[in-house]
Amino acid sequence: MANDRTVHQMVTAQWLLGGESIYWTGSAWSESFAEGKVYADQAAADAALAEADAFVKQRKIVGPYLIEVEMDATGPQPTSARERIRAAHNATFAIDHGSWSGRIAD
Amino acid sequence: MYRYDQFDATFVRERTAQFSGQVARRLAGELTEEEFRPLRLKNGLYLQLHAYMLRVAIPYGELSSQQMRKLAYIARRYDKGYGHFTTRQNIQYNWPRLDDVPAILAHLAEVEMHAIQTSGNCIRNVTADHFAGIAADEVEDPRIWAEVIRQWSTLHPEFSYLPRKFKICLIASEHDRAAMRTHDIGLRIVRNAKGELGFAFYTGGGQGRTPIIGPLVKDFVAQEDLLSYLDATLRVYNMHGRRDNIYKARIKILVQALGAEEFTRQVDEEWLRIKDSVLKLPEAEVARIRRYFAPPDYEKLPVYVESFEDKKLSDPDFARWIRANTHDHKVDGYRIVSISLKPVGAAPGDITADQMDLVADLADTYSFGEIRATHRQNLILPHVRQQDLFEMWQKLQGVKLAEPNIDFVGDIIACPGLDYCNLANARSIPVAQRISRRFSDPKRQAEIGELRLNISGCINACGHHHVGHIGILGVDKKGEEFYQVTLGGSSAEDISLGKILGPAFSYDEITDAVEAVVDTYLDLRTGPAERFIDTYRRTGIDPFKEKVYGSLKERRSAAE
Repeated sequence: MANDRTVHQMVTAQWLLGGESIYWTGSAWSESFAEGKVYADQAAADAALAEADAFVKQRKIVGPYLIEVEMDATGPQPTSARERIRAAHNATFAIDHGSWSGRIAD
Repeated sequence: MYRYDQFDATFVRERTAQFSGQVARRLAGELTEEEFRPLRLKNGLYLQLHAYMLRVAIPYGELSSQQMRKLAYIARRYDKGYGHFTTRQNIQYNWPRLDDVPAILAHLAEVEMHAIQTSGNCIRNVTADHFAGIAADEVEDPRIWAEVIRQWSTLHPEFSYLPRKFKICLIASEHDRAAMRTHDIGLRIVRNAKGELGFAFYTGGGQGRTPIIGPLVKDFVAQEDLLSYLDATLRVYNMHGRRDNIYKARIKILVQALGAEEFTRQVDEEWLRIKDSVLKLPEAEVARIRRYFAPPDYEKLPVYVESFEDKKLSDPDFARWIRANTHDHKVDGYRIVSISLKPVGAAPGDITADQMDLVADLADTYSFGEIRATHRQNLILPHVRQQDLFEMWQKLQGVKLAEPNIDFVGDIIACPGLDYCNLANARSIPVAQRISRRFSDPKRQAEIGELRLNISGCINACGHHHVGHIGILGVDKKGEEFYQVTLGGSSAEDISLGKILGPAFSYDEITDAVEAVVDTYLDLRTGPAERFIDTYRRTGIDPFKEKVYGSLKERRSAAE
């Protein structure tokens, strides 16, 4: 039986320099998951992924791939524990940084 | 400890310069990610979930106070103020930027450290018993031979592209504190009937998706033949190890496929061909390396120190810490101190830069400037005078490093898991934190006694779950985290692999499940002297299964 469920997807990658998770907004890369553009159509998602390749070549980003997202009243949500953690840009527990408050400026 | 000679210093400097060039070429677009990836991995640099991760080698876990201060400096300057000690006696930084890594490597080189061969299909950083040189029961200091192996294996041209990674571990006691038989080659230094020193080879052990206890393939290899026998072993592996399937590429699969006897026959055949070559170890070279590991200038101290005994009597917290976190030293009047990096509710193995600096200061004041990292993600101050212990303990308390839980249920091994790692299926650290909080009472932990709990966030088993008395493995079920429990594993001289208890538990159930396992043990044990593992071996898994799933069923129906 054919599966007629609409699959919503986003393009994600990592900044080359810092490795932070980033999301394609349709015109730029954002570290905010909420700003990621959602594609309901596979061909459009594939085209967006192909577009990301130009940024790979420009050495801005690494490892772009598509992720499935779930739509709720507030917008797109990650569908796996892995993507939830990536989107939060941090570990899920309080890290003990000691007296550290920021990288020492050059 | 070992100090770099001109050769070591030059090659580390050159390698740092090479990697700086590689990073510059990557950023300039001359190298693609596919081309750069193997180069960064050879320098210990991974790209993880949120950032790059740099793994720094600590050969056989030995650190000087000066090196520890440098690690603290790097944590502050280039990371987020902390580092993570691993089950390979290494340290990892979780947040460096790619363009900062060359500078970090230059800083490391200043204190004779590097990140070479901490990743990739090569011979990895050699590990050893963290009580090397100080344990009363050892036949020899394994660091001497670990250093010989480090020199032989570093940038070894023939073994730079093995079928898969290769880990070597050394011990020199009957008591195995280093999980020796879970390595590609585990070496135990032994004496033969004539009293000569040599090596027993346990080849083809490992964890991961196919856990295997390394079989004894050669009970005695003479000292002078150590490198030729290692070379012959690696040659047979390099030639016949599978390169077509990553899951079957480790030497353990080859040893199992050929059978230990046939594998050994092939190694022996190769060894006879090369044993009298340049690989024969010259005595003078071993003597040169041995001098670096000469004992420090110990004082002649009394065995009984009244002030120390009085403090133990008057301060039960101090007495508890002494019992749990200190061990006999081979020299009278000294004790080996374990610093637990598992304070209640903390991330196992994590240490802040402030704590690193304090440990370095304590090492200088009380322990001849020496520190060790253990495979259980703790630190050791190897030589502390009994009379200094109370004062030192107070200083450790001030920075939350005085948890009295070594080898207890709170002394949890946990890999970074899904909070950091690209390979993980589930989180490990928050599970460890919840369990640690559940068993936060040090008196309760002491009553439970020795209980090793190991957590891995995926089947690669960096958290040694197969050999935990209680093992927890994180699995992914449709994008959600579940946890499979194994019981009855051990990484010590009584090594065994854990057996699966039953269906996996959810993130919210796993702490209750662990508590039910522990409560079952307390009900079943013949007395406090019977350790968890001994009770399990006596009763088998069934009573645990019955109790744990029974109590879970009750909780689930109460919640409905």
